[in-house]
Amino acid sequence: MYSEKVMDHFTNPRNVGEIPDADGVGEVGNAKCGDIMRIYLDIKGDIIKDVKFKTFGCGAAVATSSMVTEMVKGKTIDEALEISNAAVAEALGGLPPNKLHCSNLAADALHAAIKNYHEKMTKDKG
Amino acid sequence: MRKVYLDHSATTPVDPEVASLMMTYYTEKYGNPSSIHSFGQEAKQALEEARRQVADFIGAKSEEIIFTSGGTEADNLAIIGVTKAYQKKGKHLITSAVEHHAVLETLEYLAKNGFDLTILPVDENGRVSVEDVKKAIRPDTIFMSIMHANNEVGTIQPIAEIGRIARERGVIFHVDAVQSLGKIPVNVDAMNVDMLTISSHKIYGPKGVGALYVRKGIRLAPRAHGGGQEKKRRSGTENTPGIIGFGRACELSQERMAEEALRLEKLRDRLLHGITERIDHVKVNGPRGSERLPNNVNVSIQFVEGESLLLSLDMLGIAASSGSACTSGSLDPSHVLLAMGMPHEIAHGSLRFSLGRQNTQEDVDYVLDQLPKIVERLRMMSPLYDQVKQRTLKAL
Repeated sequence: MYSEKVMDHFTNPRNVGEIPDADGVGEVGNAKCGDIMRIYLDIKGDIIKDVKFKTFGCGAAVATSSMVTEMVKGKTIDEALEISNAAVAEALGGLPPNKLHCSNLAADALHAAIKNYHEKMTKDKG
Repeated sequence: MRKVYLDHSATTPVDPEVASLMMTYYTEKYGNPSSIHSFGQEAKQALEEARRQVADFIGAKSEEIIFTSGGTEADNLAIIGVTKAYQKKGKHLITSAVEHHAVLETLEYLAKNGFDLTILPVDENGRVSVEDVKKAIRPDTIFMSIMHANNEVGTIQPIAEIGRIARERGVIFHVDAVQSLGKIPVNVDAMNVDMLTISSHKIYGPKGVGALYVRKGIRLAPRAHGGGQEKKRRSGTENTPGIIGFGRACELSQERMAEEALRLEKLRDRLLHGITERIDHVKVNGPRGSERLPNNVNVSIQFVEGESLLLSLDMLGIAASSGSACTSGSLDPSHVLLAMGMPHEIAHGSLRFSLGRQNTQEDVDYVLDQLPKIVERLRMMSPLYDQVKQRTLKAL
């Protein structure tokens, strides 16, 4: 059903956890749909120094969350904004067709965390 | 790695004795039962012997058994065949919200094509109320279909009582007994049923074979027209090896059922109690005790998702199933759990273990050993579990 890479990320997810006082936190999905992804960012300058996630969901939801954290670590904010859900799925060697919509939201969670970071920055300046 | 198969409600292995008997009818006694030569006649004889074995198991007469390709075809034949034959009498049909899709989808199809369908609700244990049945029957009600035991949560319905009411009110009563056959007694007279669906691969027989019992006197319009097999009610050359395997599987099941049910019930309760003792925030889905199939365990484990549980169990050699959306093939979790009033988020974390002949206490203890570790790992990852610990989310 899933590729080896998906199963690897599901079994040994990278960067699970939380960042206390994170610079940006983003959450997408809801429990009713069966998927929630939350991403925490630690940003220095415009570089993503550290990233962690927590996910409630199926194998694809966990694997895409894990993969997006690997893809984004050490990248600039602009580079992170260019990562799409499709790119995450591709990096995992593809997902079953029925998973492409419901469980492939990790990039959305990342973008939500960056948005949250920008909002905090604006607030701090104001 | 240890392999523990706990998905017997999905399918069972074929009994080796059944498989070797079937082989004879593939390679040696391969005649077509409709042929008049000796090859055909020996197959015909074995086919009729199987019909008697199947009929015996459910307290029916041989001539009341129609062999089909399985439970789904039998359900379709019952529902479409009867409504076609009796549509001039009325257009109202009754079923329950927790039926198998083979019944629900077929009735929904009829509802889109001129019939009127009432879907009865169930209580929190998945049980249909006899009072609701009484109230739902109208002068134009021609047909009702209620399952004997539920495939997901194992709830056993009060079929004999519902059947008595149906008979009093002149409603043809169909029962899908695919999950109950071989686990609890199934008798068409004691249960007051007019039609009954059964399937071979749930009782250690081959896949691709089932049967529909049709009480003598009930009219049925055929779905498959052709050579006139099965008394013109289901044309097509009979699947003799499969049917003969089904017949023998019925006989073996009949011999072992009483003892096996007691054994499975003990394993079931050990597993159920073990899970609720070892894991917090767990809900048992369906009734406890004698109103539940002896081999069914169904629990919802809050803050984790069913498919993740299945994948993790599978990596440890444990095969189970779930009612989460990911495994139902739609965006919604199991219609059975939702009908029982369970919120979506808890239904997504449901897990079904269905026990069978090969399972031992060691198997159950292996699951009880592994499952809490899996749940702990997934909850560590779950943002919902944090909220519970911080008391911002309500837990069971």
